[in-house]
Amino acid sequence: MVDEAFAPPGENWQPVSPRLRDLRRLLLVAFLVPAAVVAAVAVGVGVAWWLGLAVLVVALAVGAWAWWLLERSYRAWGYAERAEDLLVTRGVLIRRLVIVPYGRMQLVDVNAGPLDRRFGIATVQLHTAAAATDATIPGLPPAEAARLRERLAALGEARSAGL
Amino acid sequence: MTTTQERAAAPLEDFRRLHPLTPVLRGWRVLAVLFALVLQNSIRSPGAVELLVFLGVGVPVALAYGWLSWRFTRFGVVDGDLTLETGVLFRRSRRVSLARLEAVDVVRPLIARALGLAELRLEVAGGSTEAALAYLSEPHAHRLRSELLARAAGIDATTPEAPEHVLVRVPLSAVVWSSVLRGPVIVGILWLVLVIIGAAVIGEFAALGLVVPLALGTGGALVTYVMSNFDFTVAESPDGLRLRHGLLETRAQTVAPGRVQAVRIVQPLLWRRRGWVRVDVNVAGYGGGESSGQSTTLLPVAPRPVALRVLAHVLPGVDIDAVPLTGVPPQARWRAPVQWRQLGVGADEHVFVARRGRFFRELMAVPHARTQSVRLTRGPWQRHLGLATVHVDTAPGPVRVDAAHRGAMEARQLVEAQAQRAQQARAIAVPQRWMTTAQSPPVLEQGQGGRP
Repeated sequence: MVDEAFAPPGENWQPVSPRLRDLRRLLLVAFLVPAAVVAAVAVGVGVAWWLGLAVLVVALAVGAWAWWLLERSYRAWGYAERAEDLLVTRGVLIRRLVIVPYGRMQLVDVNAGPLDRRFGIATVQLHTAAAATDATIPGLPPAEAARLRERLAALGEARSAGL
Repeated sequence: MTTTQERAAAPLEDFRRLHPLTPVLRGWRVLAVLFALVLQNSIRSPGAVELLVFLGVGVPVALAYGWLSWRFTRFGVVDGDLTLETGVLFRRSRRVSLARLEAVDVVRPLIARALGLAELRLEVAGGSTEAALAYLSEPHAHRLRSELLARAAGIDATTPEAPEHVLVRVPLSAVVWSSVLRGPVIVGILWLVLVIIGAAVIGEFAALGLVVPLALGTGGALVTYVMSNFDFTVAESPDGLRLRHGLLETRAQTVAPGRVQAVRIVQPLLWRRRGWVRVDVNVAGYGGGESSGQSTTLLPVAPRPVALRVLAHVLPGVDIDAVPLTGVPPQARWRAPVQWRQLGVGADEHVFVARRGRFFRELMAVPHARTQSVRLTRGPWQRHLGLATVHVDTAPGPVRVDAAHRGAMEARQLVEAQAQRAQQARAIAVPQRWMTTAQSPPVLEQGQGGRP
């Protein structure tokens, strides 16, 4: 379904890297599987073997649902650079769109944790004088993140205005 | 007269010190507590050794430390920045860019007042990086305030203090009555009445024990409010808007021109009959507002026309009431059944205006040039109804501007239009050093990363 209110300004939203989704799926599996196994064994041994199996099935179902949700949430991310401002959109349940004028940016952060680096992604975060401004783009390839940072910094300086 | 001129002319380029009584004023609480402890001990177990140790060692050591820390604290202006150096062992030097000065407060707690001292607080854009000069002698604090404001404005630092013109003086009766009619106080009074009636009906008079803390809490809130808003005066001068208020602790705030980021006019339910409103502002330096001990109230209580007159000085050329507002689509009533009729949004060439609240009415306005970012959000229930909410973000403060529950497409258009208007408004914005002419490009005024 085309979502007109959150339609991209141009042809398409710039997508983020699918490795963001992969990383989050890995985290999901890494946390869910041991937890599910421990719970299933505990219930299976302590109560009844079929109850343990039921726990495992439920956990798997939840996992599958979350697996699919991560795909959707990854697809919901998008950004677009315009002449005067940057647009970022995200969110499935609560859909968000933020427009940050280049002249309002106070600083641009690029963050990459150890796992992010392993997966070759980085997060670009924009700050304005308003704390409510919520412009974060995760899952950018490092080269793209660096390019974006440079471009945003240059544009921000050229257009900067007093508070 | 000449002495004032000379003192004012003594250049800030030379470092200056705080008032010599500063350590006494800062340390008296600690000393008093220590003294009480020691006294208690020596009464309980006879023998005046502890008292002697306290008087002979504790007090001199404390005084010596206070004196040292005073000696090591100095401030001055270096290259247009206020520099503040503190610390005996660990030296700390802090520079405050005067170009980014948002507001200057002169605060006088009761005891400082008795000694003729005052604290000067500089509020700079970017939140917590404020500089507090405590304590200065009162005339010195006022002179320094006008000098810093003059420097921030980009004019000669020896310019005498700008004359002011009083806009409003809030009468005591209005402050008292409005405080009684505020939500928390009304709730407190209702509880009191309920407890007393309940105790009388049941015949259980032990419940009256609740009366004392309730009465103290409610009365305390009332008294605090009245004292802090006592003799609230709003005045206008070329170096900014001046607010003065307080009974025991007085506070004189100066908000530099064009530094107000957003305003709102609020009207609690019980004020409606009297036609009273309160005006709150977002000022970048004040940050989160009340929680950080800052006062973000522009006018605690006034009839609506008076509030609008004051606002006309804060946002020149703007008449908030004249901005036509459009309501929300009918399906919004399912999302906001109580207040949907009040929801509205509009814009003219200067400001973005939004209205909300059925019982607690709010009318909010942001100048386009102060828009930091624009957001659009849509929750699941809104999605179902084809609605979305538009947020206009400003520097932090009590005013959070949003236009809730617009039709989805209209909301997107609003967001785009506001981004557009904000961009145009920025292009013709006033320079940060507001007295200098607008010819120099704003980039140079930023003081960082300026290009030739």
